[in-house]
Amino acid sequence: MAGKASGKSLRSELGRVRGLGSAKEGTQHWWMQRMTALALIPLSLWFIATLVCLAEVDHATAIWWLGSPLTLGLMSLFLIALVYHAVLGLQVVIEDYIHGHAAKLVLLLLVQAAGVALVAAGLVSLLVIVIYGG
Amino acid sequence: MASHPRPTSPHLQVYRPQLTSITSILHRLTGLFLSLGVVALVVWLMAAAAGATEFDRVQACLGSIPGRALLFLWTGAFFYHLLNGLRHLAWDAGWGFELATAYRTGWAVMIGTAILTVAAWVLGYWARGAF
Repeated sequence: MAGKASGKSLRSELGRVRGLGSAKEGTQHWWMQRMTALALIPLSLWFIATLVCLAEVDHATAIWWLGSPLTLGLMSLFLIALVYHAVLGLQVVIEDYIHGHAAKLVLLLLVQAAGVALVAAGLVSLLVIVIYGG
Repeated sequence: MASHPRPTSPHLQVYRPQLTSITSILHRLTGLFLSLGVVALVVWLMAAAAGATEFDRVQACLGSIPGRALLFLWTGAFFYHLLNGLRHLAWDAGWGFELATAYRTGWAVMIGTAILTVAAWVLGYWARGAF
């Protein structure tokens, strides 16, 4: 295919590939998926361990736990890394299985908007608990 | 095209399922399922911030039989995605590509998921004095 195309075109091989993609950000998605995965190993283990201890708690105990600075910090990091990782993963699934251009674009925008909304709702909830005590 | 045959993806209807293909598909499925868990987590946080009435309602939902079944499935999906994710990170580092190793780590992920999921729930019930 490459031989045929270059035979008909007057453009050089280098000219044809230039501008088709960035050489600096091509691995951004792949890299961030791995970085968030690494961050999520300790954060998710912390989250699961506390849930095992905290399931069925009443509101006062939950507020006491969620209101501590350590929980606020770790839970914020967990939520951000988790949603970032989920959006990157969902993006790959959408790109693989949704072939209509418009449908793909709309779904990607919805997933990213949902991710931003979930992080905002989670962080605001944590701040409300820390500041007002639930 | 015929002079340069490209590698093609296996067609699922004629492709014999193998441990390596099943672990790959399960990684996607658990990832999709866990994304729904993020929504549940944020709803739980919002309920805690909203007050005792709202929080008790969400806790009752999660504590019901369907709620517990969902939480159990999320726990299993979580440990699977975590263990198989470690497998993927090892592959990214260039380790474990030999077929024998890929099968061994695949079984380790399956067995590890079962043990950790049951252990987490046994610990959870035990911490509440169920036994």
